[in-house]
Amino acid sequence: MISGKLISAICYVLFAPLIGGLIDGIGRKISARMQRRVGPPLLQPFYDLGKLLHKDPVHVAPSQNFFMMSYLFFIVMTGGMMFLGMDILMCMFVLSTAVMFLYFAAVVTGSHYSAIGASRELLQMVAYEPCVLLTCVAFYLVRGSFETAEIIKGDVSPIVYLPGVFVAFIFILTIKMRKSPFDISTSHHPNQEIVKGITSEIGSRNFGIYTLAEWYETVFLLGMVALFIINSNPWSILAAVVVIALVYFLEILIDNTSARVKSDVMIKVSWAVTLVAAGFNILVLIFFLG
Amino acid sequence: MYKITRSPWVMHYDGSSCNGCDIEVLACLTPVYDAERFGIINTGDPLQADILLITGGINTQNAPVVKQLYDQMADPKVVVAVGVCACTGGVFKDCYNILGGADQVIPVDVYVPGCAARPQAIIDGIVKGIGVFQERLEKMEKGESLTDNKKAEETAESEDK
Amino acid sequence: MFDLIIPFLICFPFLIAVILLCCGKSKFGNIVSYLGAVVIMIASVAFFVYKGVSGGFAFGQGMYVNTEIADYVILAGEILIVLVVTFLSFKYKRYWVSLLSILPTAAIIFQEETAAHEEIEHIYIDKLALLMIILVGVVGSLIIMYAVGYMEGYHNHHKEVQDRRNYFLALLFMFMGAMFGFVTCASLIWLVFFWECTSVCSFLLIGYTRTEEAVENSFRALWMNLLGGAALVVGIIVFYNYVYPTLSFRTFLMVIPQMTSFLGAVGMLPVFLMAFAALTKSAQLPFSTWLLGAMVAPTPSSTLLHSATMVKAGIYILIRLAPLMAGTPVGTFIAFIGGFTFIAASLMAVSQTDAKKILAMSTISNLGLMTACAGVGTAETTWACIFLLLFHAVSKSLLFQVVGATENSLHSRDVEDFHGLLYMLPKHAMFMFIGITGMFLAPFGMLIAKWSALKGMVDGKHILLILFIVFGSAVTSLYWCKWMGKLIAHPHKEKKVKDVTHAGEMLSFWIHGLAMILLCVFLPVISIYFVDPIIAGSDMFNANGAAIPASTMYILITILMLVFIVPLVLYASGKNDHSTEKLAYMGGINTGKNNGFVDFMGEEKTLMMSNYYFDKMLSIEKLMKPAQVVALVALLIILGMLGGYSIGGMF
Repeated sequence: MISGKLISAICYVLFAPLIGGLIDGIGRKISARMQRRVGPPLLQPFYDLGKLLHKDPVHVAPSQNFFMMSYLFFIVMTGGMMFLGMDILMCMFVLSTAVMFLYFAAVVTGSHYSAIGASRELLQMVAYEPCVLLTCVAFYLVRGSFETAEIIKGDVSPIVYLPGVFVAFIFILTIKMRKSPFDISTSHHPNQEIVKGITSEIGSRNFGIYTLAEWYETVFLLGMVALFIINSNPWSILAAVVVIALVYFLEILIDNTSARVKSDVMIKVSWAVTLVAAGFNILVLIFFLG
Repeated sequence: MYKITRSPWVMHYDGSSCNGCDIEVLACLTPVYDAERFGIINTGDPLQADILLITGGINTQNAPVVKQLYDQMADPKVVVAVGVCACTGGVFKDCYNILGGADQVIPVDVYVPGCAARPQAIIDGIVKGIGVFQERLEKMEKGESLTDNKKAEETAESEDK
Repeated sequence: MFDLIIPFLICFPFLIAVILLCCGKSKFGNIVSYLGAVVIMIASVAFFVYKGVSGGFAFGQGMYVNTEIADYVILAGEILIVLVVTFLSFKYKRYWVSLLSILPTAAIIFQEETAAHEEIEHIYIDKLALLMIILVGVVGSLIIMYAVGYMEGYHNHHKEVQDRRNYFLALLFMFMGAMFGFVTCASLIWLVFFWECTSVCSFLLIGYTRTEEAVENSFRALWMNLLGGAALVVGIIVFYNYVYPTLSFRTFLMVIPQMTSFLGAVGMLPVFLMAFAALTKSAQLPFSTWLLGAMVAPTPSSTLLHSATMVKAGIYILIRLAPLMAGTPVGTFIAFIGGFTFIAASLMAVSQTDAKKILAMSTISNLGLMTACAGVGTAETTWACIFLLLFHAVSKSLLFQVVGATENSLHSRDVEDFHGLLYMLPKHAMFMFIGITGMFLAPFGMLIAKWSALKGMVDGKHILLILFIVFGSAVTSLYWCKWMGKLIAHPHKEKKVKDVTHAGEMLSFWIHGLAMILLCVFLPVISIYFVDPIIAGSDMFNANGAAIPASTMYILITILMLVFIVPLVLYASGKNDHSTEKLAYMGGINTGKNNGFVDFMGEEKTLMMSNYYFDKMLSIEKLMKPAQVVALVALLIILGMLGGYSIGGMF
């Protein structure tokens, strides 16, 4: 049992960048097609990463290098803990620690673009954190444990009990994946009003590390989506993959059809969605399960 | 040797231009020309850019700016001058404040002529620049200096002129 | 012999206080204070170790049944307190405040004199008391050591304030003595005395500078705390006359659960009144304003009020009451007020730029979390509450001290002025960093306690509290992160700052920092040998409190320690890595120093970056009143419910 968990965690550490990069590539391709363009090759993200790692490493403040390495480490640790079957709430705490390091890497430079981006990153955190924590709570209510190893064991998929929480989670996934309209701290599109926001002063190798961390994070987040679907039936994994594909497509569609909003709108809307969808769902759950 | 030719990220700087070339640069990214096919991304951040795309001439005010942006880019890096103004100063050449083309302040690798330069020409220029980009990487990894020879060549050229 | 330590710990600080009061203005006071602090620290640690070695902490020990002389001393003390309060409230023309002291004291003295004689223990030591002793002993002594150095710098800057530093130090000592008495006493009469004692000490400390604002704020603190004291007295009288005729706190805790079954609401009324008193002392809404006002006093007093003493006295009582409140409407409402205070105070903290105000709001909000935990009153949440109390005491004490020392050197305590503090006062910035991470980040135990609190509330199905916590903790991370970002940010200008921090203050920082790390590393050990038995005690829950089994906790701690170690390793290994330094991107017009740009006239302009504060939306002025109203309504509802049922039950 333990070895099974260990293998999945090792697989995560080894293959998450491959999957994450591929997902990114697919995303860019779909985006391009939505805009009636040919788009870059499927493996474009890997070409980009290779180039970034081969360029001369640069920094604005020397401590950036180690902040970025720490950021990567903790993102990997977050996912590793999840795939080890450990406590999902603790994963989230480690994830926010990771975000903290990214924040430090940005504010330490003194550049206004990255400082504004960093402040906005904190606002993003305020926007998504309640929903993320509520999602963990909801899993606990359904399965009686915070441990992912236990969460995936039930007979019925958690989504049956948690449709509202699922909706709220998908909503904040847009923030977490830095998709428009909530790509306010940094954007994948090259046309942001604050240059590259929180990543403005992160170049060449450090940006490669950032990209890598983002891939790990994508896989982790989509893994969270999978937790809603997976149950003791092995076929549910297939269903989870399908749901992940649909969710990801939805995110790209939203990304391509909406304009960036202001930060206060983001907080208000996401808190409202969290309260209404996830909060109400949990309320109902407590009444019926309790 | 590692190939970095598939991911040239471009930073576009607009000097003293009439904006004709700038529109054409943006046109490269539209669905008609779709420069992203080659992995070209128009980024606004010098720290992440590989190719500096300059349109318009250099004047007294933007000379230090161009110099600073160029310095902020990580090695290896390439400069592409788009349009006749960026190449030589163009019709503005004799204006009181114009110093001339981009090569007055930074070493330029590819000159794309035209007024305004056509999107096809611009993409062609970038692709040419990619070749230089790869060369520089190889040089850099061998530990050779990237700038000194080039600057020496350039000063020699300008003396010839 | 060691059993004498308790009376020693209570009396010795008062003795030192008297000596200090006699010292006048001489420097001799400094030496007395250092010595006194060291002795108290050694005594409390020695007592702790002795209890551990001799009995493996397996005890609950009652002492001092016959205390006639001490009773008279306490009586005299009560009257003295009344006199002091009456005198000062007449002096400052706030006559009605004296009533809040005279009436309850008269009532409690009357109650005591008319009560039938009974043999009760007056001192009772169990693990919770021991935990509080070591906390008050160590953190309190460190604060005094810090205070000696601090007051030196304080009076050098604030020439307008009359130098009464020995009086100030004497008050700090008195405060500690009262705290020791408060956490060890088992007689309700003594409890009231020590309670009033802390109230009056805090009142005098806040009013130290005697400015108009200080007087105003100190009286606010006084009437709120005396109101709490009055509630305590009424609770005791109701309990004695209508529930069970005893003045023993231990019996109180034991009989209430049995009595409520047939007495109904009357049985819960004393519990509510005591919890109400705890709310005032712990600065919960609607009584939060006194703690904010306490900021006018010199930093050591706010440190003492905020970290290990005063406000923790309220939490201590709530922990004692937790098993009684579990599952009752009283518990639900107390938990509601706690949870509500948590989120309301966090939101208000976001809008603050004054470091001490942020710390104050954060104290209130963390106390809210503890109150909520105690109000829910299950084994798990009480476990969390005790750990929150521990970690909060240490990190808040550290933070207050560092902010105070930084203010003395930097002449500002605005967080915006801490921009690039790492380059100006590196040590201060480092300790501030440790303190802040201790408040909310991995690897420190606060996180595990929060985790446990959340789990307990989910188990208890308290949906409202869950929402308070998840939204509140998101906001909490916002204001702490902003602050940390400021510390490490690139400085606007090169500014030389003269570090005027005393060696004594520095020593206190180091001990605090070390204590935080040790607390974190030994969290499972503390949990197994100390906190679990408190929870498992017969007067508490008879259940295992830890939400996480110890084995899992070890794994968790190991993993969380990586948060500590990995960055250090990465820092060390990456130091010699080749990397080229570039200028920050400012549209190509960076002046070359990363802190400014060249404007269109060719002049250099400094670039100032500030944080988001949302001060229009979240200011204290705007939010405090509505928040107080909500909390007050909640209090009135539960009071009305209990009162109505009680009166209905009586007739």
